[in-house]
Amino acid sequence: MSRKFTPKVVTANDLREGCVIYMTETGSWSMYHHEAELIEDEAIAELRLLKALGQGDRIVGAYLADAKAGPKGPEPIHFREVFRTRGPSNYAHGKQEAANV
Amino acid sequence: MYNYSDFDEAFVRTRAAQFRAQVERRLDGSLTEDEFRPLRLMNGVYLQLHAYMLRVAIPYGTLRADQMRQLAHIAETYDKGYGHFTTRQNIQFNWPKLTDLPDIIDALADVQMHAIQTSGNTIRNVTTDAFAGAAADEVADPRPVAELIRQWSTDHAEFQFLPRKFKIAITGSAEDRAVIRAHDVGLELVKRGDEIGFKVLVGGGLGRTPMLAPVIREFLPKADLLPYLEAIVSTYNLMGRRDNKYKARIKITVFENGLDTFRAAVEEEFARIRPEFSGVDQEVLAGIEAQFAPPAFKNTPVEFYEKSLAVDPLFKAWATQNLAAHKVENHAIVTVSIKEHGATPGDASADQMRLLADLADRYGYGELRISHEQNVVLPHVAKADLPAIHAELLRAGLATANVGLLSDIIACPGMDYCALATARSIPVAQEIATHFKALGLEEEIGGIKIKISGCINACGHHHVGHIGILGLDRAGVENYQITLGGDAGPLAAIGERAGPGFAYDEVVPAIERILRAYLAIRAGREETFIETFRRLGPAPFKEALYGEARDAA
Repeated sequence: MSRKFTPKVVTANDLREGCVIYMTETGSWSMYHHEAELIEDEAIAELRLLKALGQGDRIVGAYLADAKAGPKGPEPIHFREVFRTRGPSNYAHGKQEAANV
Repeated sequence: MYNYSDFDEAFVRTRAAQFRAQVERRLDGSLTEDEFRPLRLMNGVYLQLHAYMLRVAIPYGTLRADQMRQLAHIAETYDKGYGHFTTRQNIQFNWPKLTDLPDIIDALADVQMHAIQTSGNTIRNVTTDAFAGAAADEVADPRPVAELIRQWSTDHAEFQFLPRKFKIAITGSAEDRAVIRAHDVGLELVKRGDEIGFKVLVGGGLGRTPMLAPVIREFLPKADLLPYLEAIVSTYNLMGRRDNKYKARIKITVFENGLDTFRAAVEEEFARIRPEFSGVDQEVLAGIEAQFAPPAFKNTPVEFYEKSLAVDPLFKAWATQNLAAHKVENHAIVTVSIKEHGATPGDASADQMRLLADLADRYGYGELRISHEQNVVLPHVAKADLPAIHAELLRAGLATANVGLLSDIIACPGMDYCALATARSIPVAQEIATHFKALGLEEEIGGIKIKISGCINACGHHHVGHIGILGLDRAGVENYQITLGGDAGPLAAIGERAGPGFAYDEVVPAIERILRAYLAIRAGREETFIETFRRLGPAPFKEALYGEARDAA
């Protein structure tokens, strides 16, 4: 019995800077979740992850995260991934920092 | 305080140079992440949620003023202007870039600091009482022994790949401000007649299987310490489980084999290796002890201090809460709370670090400590200087008189930073502190320890909080379990779970119900929360949390 596949995005951290990044449809990396490629097929998701893992000279810690379609693009589902799109809640650091927006 | 020998200096510089080369090879693609990860972890570099994180060792929580200034410099130059003091007396920088990390490690080496063995399955930074060397109630200063253990355990060839990480804590006082019963090995300096030795505890720890360490040796002569420790760690290295990460800590080894079996194995190994310790370690220890000689304490009178207490209520409130008894009558131990209501527990800005370093230089013989409760301690201050220190702290917003009170909360970084976390801890701590300040109830409630962890690994020590809060992920939603009756001191206890968990926005009201129940049922103002809990048990607090509906269910 197959379970319904939850769409995914490929996410990782930038090797040099450490910041959270997402893989786009062209295979490039974006700082923004809504620019990520929303992958609706499990086999393709695995292939995209392999492609990411092959870029170890640019990124670190790639994995597939659950996501859903939103008006501006893919949106995270789990609260952990929501936090990764903006940064910590105690300071306006990370992506929510003015310089990064 | 300890100054690096030529050996220490060469070792740390060599490791810094090796790390620089390792980072270069990672960046040019010569090393894969799988190859690089163990190397970066050996130097305290983690990958967290939003960035890399660097954990720097503060050996036994002791810092010189110039070292604190260097931490401020690093925070400002390479990070976002602050650092986070941890429950293991270390400091973490939350935003370093991999490309800057070799320079940061060099900057640390410039002031005799490093990040070696702050990660990995090795013997970690030895922690101790933040009041060590100053406390009125201690048998002896535990720091020379902590330094001896640091030298013995650093790069110890046999102990670089233990089944799991290994944490040693040592206290010189029966009051135990180092939570020794929650460590893999706990040491308490004790006296038998005129002889100083150690009570040795083994197999404590928090995490998913919290256990309080039993005593393996009631009295260990001082000269036997290193061979005995080596016997314990060797026995664990062989007997400890490597098949299951969650059963690999020494607490499980001791529990599964039984203390008697474990002790017999340790004693056998100890008897075997004891003759190999020729006494060189004791010569080294004597040299270290000389470096920890107390400063020449000033002989200033206390009249001005006493007069200030009488006329300045703000100063008096601070002195009542934030001072502890010093072994020298005209001195005091100052705990500077870096937990102003609403601040992040453990965080200090570069400016705050610099001010504290300056105060240490001007009034505190150049010494600072980081407490496991995530505050900064000036261990030796002449009472005559306290009003001046208080005035400066007031100007800098560092005079919060809340040490030991409700808002003096221990909290791990939680899911605001940590990749392992299952929920946030920091905003829960912030909201509890500001909520009770707004209610004006903090002083009325009095002494209480609230401790918050953002996952089962329990870096926030929630099991030993009088009230513990554990953040979990329940089907994709943050959920918080409350434990009651834990204690980290000499009457150490693991708190018991009160019942079903609470949603994020239900936690503060739940804590308020517990504390209002306490205020209603305590025997008097003198009876603290934990004393009321010990007298009446959890029932009235569970009732306050869940009401009668739960009993009927």
